[in-house]
Amino acid sequence: METPVSILSVKDLVIKFNLRGKTLTAIREASMDLYKGESLAIVGESGSGKSVFNKAFMGLLDKNGWVESGSILYKGKDLANYKTENDWLKIRGKEIAMVFQDPMTSLNPLKTVGKQVQEAVELHQGLRGEAAKKVVLDILKDVGISEPEKRYRQYPFEFSGGMRQRVVIAIAIACRPEVLICDEPTTALDVTIQAQILQLLKGLQEKYSLTIIYITHDLGVVANVADRVAVMYAGDIIEIGTADDVFFDPQHPYTWALLSSLPQLGIKGEPLYTIHGTPPNLFKEIKGDAFAPRNPRALQVDFVHRPPYFEVSETHKAKTWLLDPRAPKVERPKSIENIRAQWGVL
Amino acid sequence: MNTPEKLLEIKNLSIEFGKKKKRFIAVNDVSFDIYKGETLGLVGESGSGKTTIGRAIIRINETSHGDILFKGRRINGKIDRALDQEVIRKIQMIFQDPMASLNERAKVDYIVSEGLYNTRNYSTEEERKKKVEQALLNVGLLPEFASRFPHEFSGGQRQRIGIARTLVMEPELIIADEPISALDVSIRAQVLNLMNDLKKRLGLTYLFIAHDLSVVRFITDRVAVIHKGRIVELAETETLYKNPIHPYTRGLLSAIPIPNPKLERERQVSFYDPGTHKYEGDAPKWVEAEPGHFVLK
Repeated sequence: METPVSILSVKDLVIKFNLRGKTLTAIREASMDLYKGESLAIVGESGSGKSVFNKAFMGLLDKNGWVESGSILYKGKDLANYKTENDWLKIRGKEIAMVFQDPMTSLNPLKTVGKQVQEAVELHQGLRGEAAKKVVLDILKDVGISEPEKRYRQYPFEFSGGMRQRVVIAIAIACRPEVLICDEPTTALDVTIQAQILQLLKGLQEKYSLTIIYITHDLGVVANVADRVAVMYAGDIIEIGTADDVFFDPQHPYTWALLSSLPQLGIKGEPLYTIHGTPPNLFKEIKGDAFAPRNPRALQVDFVHRPPYFEVSETHKAKTWLLDPRAPKVERPKSIENIRAQWGVL
Repeated sequence: MNTPEKLLEIKNLSIEFGKKKKRFIAVNDVSFDIYKGETLGLVGESGSGKTTIGRAIIRINETSHGDILFKGRRINGKIDRALDQEVIRKIQMIFQDPMASLNERAKVDYIVSEGLYNTRNYSTEEERKKKVEQALLNVGLLPEFASRFPHEFSGGQRQRIGIARTLVMEPELIIADEPISALDVSIRAQVLNLMNDLKKRLGLTYLFIAHDLSVVRFITDRVAVIHKGRIVELAETETLYKNPIHPYTRGLLSAIPIPNPKLERERQVSFYDPGTHKYEGDAPKWVEAEPGHFVLK
């Protein structure tokens, strides 16, 4: 493998929101490198900050939110300093584009599908009229829409859910972006359609040499598409590594808990592992490891000091004190060892 | 289990919507039984008719042909008031999205008691309170929660309230319509554990409606796969997963992503092509391929 080139480098990013007079810290000093041409999956539960994190790369934070500190380096520019819409227009779509979750709501119901894709083509490729239309038809074909001439003139309501998601992808692709962020691209779809859309995205990634970030909570999808996986909890990336690292050799107790609670990996007749308690209140300052209060194996230090990244291998690191050489030896839970045995990794 | 008791029997059920030109057959000649104490999974994609069947059982949707028998008595079509009341009590439903299915303006006490009020299934105020308290305890919530509003609860807790309000009716059959699809992974585990636990403790029977075959494997005893209003395959869960016969079931199984990167890299999805059957020519037959394993051929 050649040495990966980082095209997006996030460092100690802090994002805050003002909510009813109180301040909420949604992203807490999260750092991440995105390598050119890879698929990175960001997993986490609702409220873990995975969507907010990615919206910050496109200047799509809600009005009451702001980047407090840290940097987002993209091609040598720090996006964390971007303030005006004019700044963002140079990035949004052209460089980084997004595919949203629900294709039922992310298209304009009053415009034909062709026009909606054409808008993006005209804006970003500077084409007009027939020339633009020709490009649109090519893109529609690329995303697997048959009879593009006929489909060009149709409205979103005439499309099924899977087909609409293809249109949403077409719009994102039409901007010729470097990075594509897919926010739960298949959550609203049936499994067979989901498989088709994932296949499509993989194909497009190759054809257009895209770098893709998948945001999802479905670990099945993650295993299917991701080269690398980042696990997010309470606004921080607590473990990151290749898909094999994270699935077969998880290090952080939260990753253990997440994998153990999957019904797909459970043993019938036995209760599934459950994570006790609730995620921390982000209005309050979090001390130590954010997962400690829910972790039955937490060390004392977990409640006092926040763990830094410890490297497991060149590709794999996790924020847990368990990896500190001074830490006592803590065995992985039986459920995780069971899963690993079942997978034949041991 | 020698001869399992049939709690619910569905015989040649068809459900149609609309008239004449607009007629749409949502459920087409479906038959299956639910045995007492089992969890039967009903799996299909959106628009396959799975929810319509669930709704027909609790008498929300009218049926066009066929019978639904509950403990041997017909419960679809016109039935007398006493039986109707019994069906309301004994067959309950859990809904998909706990964020949308609870009345935001009512306290938990009212939400859980609503069924009791409607069927006047209590004699004194004290008895009602007792029943609500017991239902909340059964789902692992504190009785004090009765005086709170739904917005004070997390998604998992709200789904528990949704389950409590069915339990208060002392049901025998619970129709769970995608009860965990809207929940986060860690909360899913809690709700699935709770459902299994209640089944054991209270002797419940479930019809578990879902589109996600991976979850169904964990919780169900038998699975029926439905496609375009027809059940195409029905078998014990492990049999179905190990030896799927109908091409649609195979396609569906091959499409579920497995949380294992090694397997996923090698996975081949086989997409179902309905053109391989010629249903128009000769009517499909419901065949028993091996004991207890039925398939539409």
